[in-house]
Amino acid sequence: MPPDTDPLEQKDSKDSTADDTAGHAEDARPVPAAPPRRRGLTSLWRMRSYLRPHVTRMVFIWLPALVATGIAIVIPMVARKIIDGPVAHGDTDALVPLALLALALGVLEAGLIFARRWLLSDVVLDVETRLRDDVYRHLQRLPMSFHGSWQSGQLLSRVTTDLSVIRRFLGFGILFLVLITVQIVTVTGLLLNMYWPLGLLVALSAAPVVITSLRFERGYIDVSRRVQDEQGDLATVIEESAVGIRTIKAFGRGRHVAGLFGEGADKVYRSSMEKVRLSSKFFTFLEVVPNVTLALVLLLGALAVGSGSLTLGTLVAFTTLMLQLVWPISALGFILVQGQEAMTAADRVLEVLDTEPEIVGGSGEIERPRGHLRFEGVEFRFPGAAEPVLRDVWLDVRPGETVAIVGATGSGKTTLTSLVPRLHDVTAGRVTIDGHDVRDLSLPALRSLVATAFEEPTLFSMSVRENLTLGRHDATEEEIEAAIETAQAGFVHRLPWGLETRIGEQGMSLSGGQRQRLALARAVLSRPRILVLDDTLSALDVETEILVEEALRHVLRDATGIVVAHRASTVLLADKVALLLDGTIAHVGRHHELLASVPEYRALLSAALDDDPVPDTGPDGETGLGADMDLDSEGALR
Amino acid sequence: MSTTDHAGPAETAGTARPDRPEHGQDGQHGQDERAWRGVAAEKDDDSPQQESLVLRSQSRRLLGELLRPYRRQIALLVTVIVVCNAAALAIPFLVKVGIDSGIPPMAAGQGPGTLVTVVAAILVAAAVQAVSRQVFLRMAGRIGQNILLELRRRVFGHFQRLSLSFHDDYTSGRVVARLTSDIEAISEMLQSGFDGLVTAVLTLVGTAVLLLVLDAPLALVALLPLPVLLLFTRWFRRQSSIAYRRTRETVALVIVHFVESMTGIRAVQAFRREPRNQEIFAGLNVDYRDANVRSMRLIAMFMPGVKLIGNITIAAVLLYGGWRAIGGDVKVGVLAAFLLYLRQFYEPMQEISQFYNTFQSAAAALEKLAGVLDERPAVAEPREPVALERPRGEVRFEEVEFSYLDGTPVLPRIDLVIPAGQSVALVGTTGAGKTTLAKLVARFYDPVAGRVLLDGVDLRDLAEETLRGAVVMVTQENFLFTGTVADNIRFGRPDATMDEVMAAARSIGAHDFISALPEGYDTQVGKHGGRLSAGQRQLVAFARAFLADPAVLILDEATSSLDVPGERLVQRAMRTILADRTALIIAHRLSTVETAERVLVIEGGRIVEDGSPDRLIAEEGRFAGLHRAWLDSVSEGSGAPAGRG
Repeated sequence: MPPDTDPLEQKDSKDSTADDTAGHAEDARPVPAAPPRRRGLTSLWRMRSYLRPHVTRMVFIWLPALVATGIAIVIPMVARKIIDGPVAHGDTDALVPLALLALALGVLEAGLIFARRWLLSDVVLDVETRLRDDVYRHLQRLPMSFHGSWQSGQLLSRVTTDLSVIRRFLGFGILFLVLITVQIVTVTGLLLNMYWPLGLLVALSAAPVVITSLRFERGYIDVSRRVQDEQGDLATVIEESAVGIRTIKAFGRGRHVAGLFGEGADKVYRSSMEKVRLSSKFFTFLEVVPNVTLALVLLLGALAVGSGSLTLGTLVAFTTLMLQLVWPISALGFILVQGQEAMTAADRVLEVLDTEPEIVGGSGEIERPRGHLRFEGVEFRFPGAAEPVLRDVWLDVRPGETVAIVGATGSGKTTLTSLVPRLHDVTAGRVTIDGHDVRDLSLPALRSLVATAFEEPTLFSMSVRENLTLGRHDATEEEIEAAIETAQAGFVHRLPWGLETRIGEQGMSLSGGQRQRLALARAVLSRPRILVLDDTLSALDVETEILVEEALRHVLRDATGIVVAHRASTVLLADKVALLLDGTIAHVGRHHELLASVPEYRALLSAALDDDPVPDTGPDGETGLGADMDLDSEGALR
Repeated sequence: MSTTDHAGPAETAGTARPDRPEHGQDGQHGQDERAWRGVAAEKDDDSPQQESLVLRSQSRRLLGELLRPYRRQIALLVTVIVVCNAAALAIPFLVKVGIDSGIPPMAAGQGPGTLVTVVAAILVAAAVQAVSRQVFLRMAGRIGQNILLELRRRVFGHFQRLSLSFHDDYTSGRVVARLTSDIEAISEMLQSGFDGLVTAVLTLVGTAVLLLVLDAPLALVALLPLPVLLLFTRWFRRQSSIAYRRTRETVALVIVHFVESMTGIRAVQAFRREPRNQEIFAGLNVDYRDANVRSMRLIAMFMPGVKLIGNITIAAVLLYGGWRAIGGDVKVGVLAAFLLYLRQFYEPMQEISQFYNTFQSAAAALEKLAGVLDERPAVAEPREPVALERPRGEVRFEEVEFSYLDGTPVLPRIDLVIPAGQSVALVGTTGAGKTTLAKLVARFYDPVAGRVLLDGVDLRDLAEETLRGAVVMVTQENFLFTGTVADNIRFGRPDATMDEVMAAARSIGAHDFISALPEGYDTQVGKHGGRLSAGQRQLVAFARAFLADPAVLILDEATSSLDVPGERLVQRAMRTILADRTALIIAHRLSTVETAERVLVIEGGRIVEDGSPDRLIAEEGRFAGLHRAWLDSVSEGSGAPAGRG
């Protein structure tokens, strides 16, 4: 983002800054969750609270700005005085003081501009920074359902591009809107005072500018919106091609993806060209008006001089002064466009800030948590989904007990576990811990009770230590070591900088198994009352898995456990098993009981138990592998 | 695992720690930063100052290449802008003529002839200015957009060509930053700075000439401060270029942290990471603000500075001009015109500074893009690719060695022949080198020594398309692209019909769950496949690989997220899929290995056992041990004695 353009001193800034909002990659595709709102001015007005702490400074910014503008108007008048006075009368003595006055005013003007800019930079950047902090804070509060429906690029564009558009308008736009208005009014007033017929003519010339600006805005906003949309699509292609580069490489589809990108880039190109055409017309028009007015002024002014109602010096001053209007008049159009863009940006930012977090903590805390977890008639459906993912789920996990959740792929196991720390909220029924509805507990209290090791662990681009202590920043060295030991994550010590090594996307890349072990260590380290293991061991090799399971048994002895499992070995960590069928818990029991009595359960887990003497499994091959192989394929294998 | 093993490093880690401030109450995020960010071998593209000379020549070259096709148009553009400026400059001049020569005859009663001519000339000049300006804006806009399009395509294409080893270091966040915010910085310059600069320079020169023509002595007074101005501008340019780099670096950190915490929001919330995140973000945000403050303050000094010089000159011209006008050496009209032109003379200086702002940001961005374009793919395309008519899938390693960039050997030396059509399982502990071996076959990396051959052809002699048509690797990372399930399955073979897509899904057992989705094969998979579970994504990835129908299929832990029925289906399918193709299978679960005809046990980058599963089990070696452990792990739950393994 470039430092702000100061339109008062920058004639050609209009092209650059007007295109600025569209100039950033972002995703402005229809946002599913947020209703389209176009409140523009109100949204922008609400941003004023960020200026409030700076009221005093704002006074010191606006005052010099006004005074400097005044001086800019006065200097040519001094010139007029010199031409009409000393020059006309041949009075050399009067010349020096007037010239010194011009010098003093010139120095003062520069000094005031300096003061304004210097102070303003602090204020506007502070506003932007605080807004960004607030948006970030709010985004962290918004639940998973929100984040699932928004592309991160969309959010990013709001904290970067949109905020700088708002910053620019709050800092410069409004100031210049006022200054320019003041300047135009003052200059026009002076012109009227000098010679009212010509002054009136100049004043009237502002009318076509305003009218055209307003009309132009509509078309311009549309096309720049479109450019934003298309750049958003392009950004999505970019992001996916970067994150999915391994898949693209694996299939050698680089050219195909580049083709997709090319199509998107072409679209952006075409819309940008339309924008270029539109704005070139508009900005040209803005320059024509003052020039034509100037010609008229000269013509009529000459007539007035001829008729003796105007002195030559006054006409010189008049034209000089009028030239000062050329730029403000065209800038007026530009600032109106900028204002419109700021309103849109404010809308977009408020879309996020006004989204109420659906998941808000209660105030409760459990004094001495035991970790008695109950699902009571729980239903969950994704927003807008016809069918619930989970329905009428009842499950009781006593303190210290461990339950394995078993179910087919996509049966809602992960969703079920996410209801405990309220990453999602139940749509009916309730989840309780020690008899407290989880919704009554404060979020920090609840989430310190529950820790989850996810199957697809998120590692941040930070040191190993920072990643491990995510849930407990005050963990001691011994505790960290113990957690590493439990998760069999000793490999971290062999990383180049040990625990200080940066991992994650921007650091050392780790294998799937290593990442899972770190995620497990992280969950264990936060010493939860309730430990959720969401198929955490899937990427481990058998030897490591055995060691980890051994260690986990100790951890799970003290904590209540929920273990999502695909394999018998993991199921065996649990005291009992809950089988998830058709969105509800159909059976609860011990592994062997279920294996013996529930065919669906057997179907889910028995293949891993190739040697399990389940009656309907025929005698298997000599390899001892693949009990379920049919003979034909076995034959094919040999 | 013995704890003594770790004592050494753990201690080192401990001593590195004391300066680490407590959570929530440190204002000194600067010191803190290393603690949370951790240490990494920085392959930083945020170039240090001393490298900047090299990079600048790189970016100059890139700029030259980009502009070359438009040489003529740019020349024309300059002509147009000259005309435009001439017209713009003519207007105040004509006003002066009107006042000096049009009004006196009228006052003398000789009619308005001259004046009308002058006014007409002003109108013509205004029209010329308007037309030429419009032409300029459009042409410049088109050239700018064309360059942008070319740059986008070029950088994107180049990123796609660069090898995985590059992407491993560079990371996706930076790729995104390059292709969005850096391109935009350049776009801003192309859209704004260019004509500003041309106009400014031309106005500057034109006005100087006009001033000299009008009255040479007066002009010399007016132009006297020019050297000071140039020095001042140079100071500003240097300072702002430094400030600009800093701004870009800090904003990049803000963006990276933002994107990462939004992508990982689930872990953030589950582990109550919010306050710490906020603290880190606020710190980065403040850094960014400070960088911005610095660059804005530079402008706050520069702009009024130029104004000051201009105003002092005006006062001087007033004094000197007034004095000479009193003496009768200068006409009043000339003095008036002088004052008008002086404004035109000093305003462009402000524009030049403005241009430098966008230019500095664009230059910083261009440096980075040029740096990317200068990267050579470590896995390069062959100059003369060898055609591979019908790949059979025979894979051969000849004295292959591989080590990472830092010299750590991964594969000391491997000789291996995999006949066409054979299924081979790679077994060994984490870090033994299984994945590296597989990646060499897929040519994600090139060996340091020796050759990898497919059907007798060195992989380095195969065009990427040929190679990827013959060898496909499925990994744990099952990236799904925005689009429908069918789109994703079709990714490996875009011309496949719907029937083929469904057949592929059916054969690996994904058809049932896909049909059960709300819109079946047309269901959108969501952001990064988020609407599907991990297991479902893996099944889609399998279908994708199967549909691509390669001669060599590499499966690297490709079934880890599947549940048992899913894995069973996949295994059943693999017997057909793998029947007539070469396969390399890496799996921790030995159940996946069972489809293989041959097992290679790898340890420390060497093949320590090689043979059919049965034979290896009988030989009671490493594999037999692993196999027994696996049987124990799976049979534990049955309560029955471990099988007969």
